[in-house]
Amino acid sequence: MSDTQPTVTQATLVKKAAPKSDYKPADVSPQRRVQRSFAVRLWSVRHSRLLEWFYARFADMFLLLHPLWKGIGYGRVEGPVKFVEKRVKGFMFDCRMCGQCILSSTGMSCPMNCPKQLRNGPCGGVRANGNCEVEPDMPCVWVKAWEGSQNMVHGDRILTVQKPVDQSLRETSAWLRVTAQAAAAREAAAAAKNRAANTGASA
Amino acid sequence: MIGSQRDENPAGIHLPLEPMPGHTSRGRLERVLRRGEFAVTTELNPPDSADPEDVYNRAKIFDGWVDAINAVDASGANCHMSSVGICALLTRMGYAPIMQIACRDKNRIAIQGDVLGGAAMGVANMLCLTGDGVQAGDQPGAKPVFDLDCMSLLETCRIMRDNGKFLSGRKLTTPPQLFLGAAINPFAPPIDFRPHRLGKKIAAGAQFVQSQYCFDVPMFRTYMQKVRDLGYTEQCFVLVGVGPLASAKTAKWIRSNVPGIHIPDSVIKRLEGAQDQKKEGKQLCIDIINEVKEISGVSGVHVMAYRQEEYVAEIVDESGVLKGRQPWKREIRRDDQMVADRLGHILHDDITETQVDMVKTAH
Repeated sequence: MSDTQPTVTQATLVKKAAPKSDYKPADVSPQRRVQRSFAVRLWSVRHSRLLEWFYARFADMFLLLHPLWKGIGYGRVEGPVKFVEKRVKGFMFDCRMCGQCILSSTGMSCPMNCPKQLRNGPCGGVRANGNCEVEPDMPCVWVKAWEGSQNMVHGDRILTVQKPVDQSLRETSAWLRVTAQAAAAREAAAAAKNRAANTGASA
Repeated sequence: MIGSQRDENPAGIHLPLEPMPGHTSRGRLERVLRRGEFAVTTELNPPDSADPEDVYNRAKIFDGWVDAINAVDASGANCHMSSVGICALLTRMGYAPIMQIACRDKNRIAIQGDVLGGAAMGVANMLCLTGDGVQAGDQPGAKPVFDLDCMSLLETCRIMRDNGKFLSGRKLTTPPQLFLGAAINPFAPPIDFRPHRLGKKIAAGAQFVQSQYCFDVPMFRTYMQKVRDLGYTEQCFVLVGVGPLASAKTAKWIRSNVPGIHIPDSVIKRLEGAQDQKKEGKQLCIDIINEVKEISGVSGVHVMAYRQEEYVAEIVDESGVLKGRQPWKREIRRDDQMVADRLGHILHDDITETQVDMVKTAH
């Protein structure tokens, strides 16, 4: 009686759309593969120098606003800032909100988009055409990172060894953390300077 | 014949060697490399069984031909006996295993525990890898962990060894003594980043590196040129990955299905043109060894002969890389031999003794 249609899953659609010869790893969520377009992400990498410049100004502005953030309270401002950050970076870089942004060290290509979440460079499995081993139709995040870093003024930051991801910082605002840390560093420096001046005066 | 061989602890083959100045580990591989000898390492095909004899039999065919044996950690994301288990068995028998650690299956808590456990069993060499994606293996539904990456794993091991601390900063009472290794793939894009990546690995703690299968010698030569220019060969031993291809068909299959292996057309053409493809594959491997051993900065070869392990000895022999040197070989100890000579018949003779007979013969 019931006219049950066979459910058409995304997996079926992908299977039909892709040529038979294509290598289809079983684990990659077809949802992810169908829905993703890498145009914006790749634009960001191509304009990494502009974005680097912009990011530097932006960080300065955030630091200028430090009294404001402090006034409202970093905890209270976290929610709205995260809301904006997640959407802006999500659009621009396909951000995964790891909470410890290293875009400026990776040629404006977000390393968390790597299926292995490598933060220190490409694995050995990069395909000859520069695409990912796990997701064959995605350009390797690290191939793009290397290209992007070549355009940047501080492109050699890609050579620094990154620490393992702190999973407890997931889904928090990297912008606010960087600002808070910069402000703390600035205050510490000022305090040290004061102390030096005081001891100098007393001596 | 205890302690008659070089690089053997006189108190027992299963014990770590005497510490030496300038060495970070108490293993055989580091000694061989630091003496400036051309090292040969190989890979043990991990068994799908719980029988230790399977491991010993597979290790036996390398006896006297290799300086260290890689215990792979579910390579290609296929399930096999764990590298920790294989290392436990191999160290008991005096072999020098290289324990591979892949970041795919374990998080930092498990990995640091395994590093300590491995070092306690006498594993002197550890190879830090990212690991293949789970999609490559027989259980693509598994959850990929990738908590650390190869670089942060190297750094973790180095911190444990040099600073005597866990990643968290908690102190170790006895830090592990390790010779740390990493993998390189000079044949995958981004090609011009690859030498810098080796530099990053050295900065993170790599003391030796094993490369992916090398079938394209000119490409490897340009890579080594860059690496030498950057001065990395003085800080790190480079072992070139080589191996025999069984046939042109397998070569094509590997090229299209195994990520990260670059096989140029000329190689496939050469195999296709041969009468006996298997023999040609072996010859090709020997030719590549002979070419790469001349490249300055190359300290050894890593022979990966998956499912053709019996060829490793022939390849090493025919390429002459050992120059007459014989790596450590498992030998029967003199006292064991004596016991076997005198009492061996007990195992083989078919004697059934009853208690009555025993009482009779006793008086």
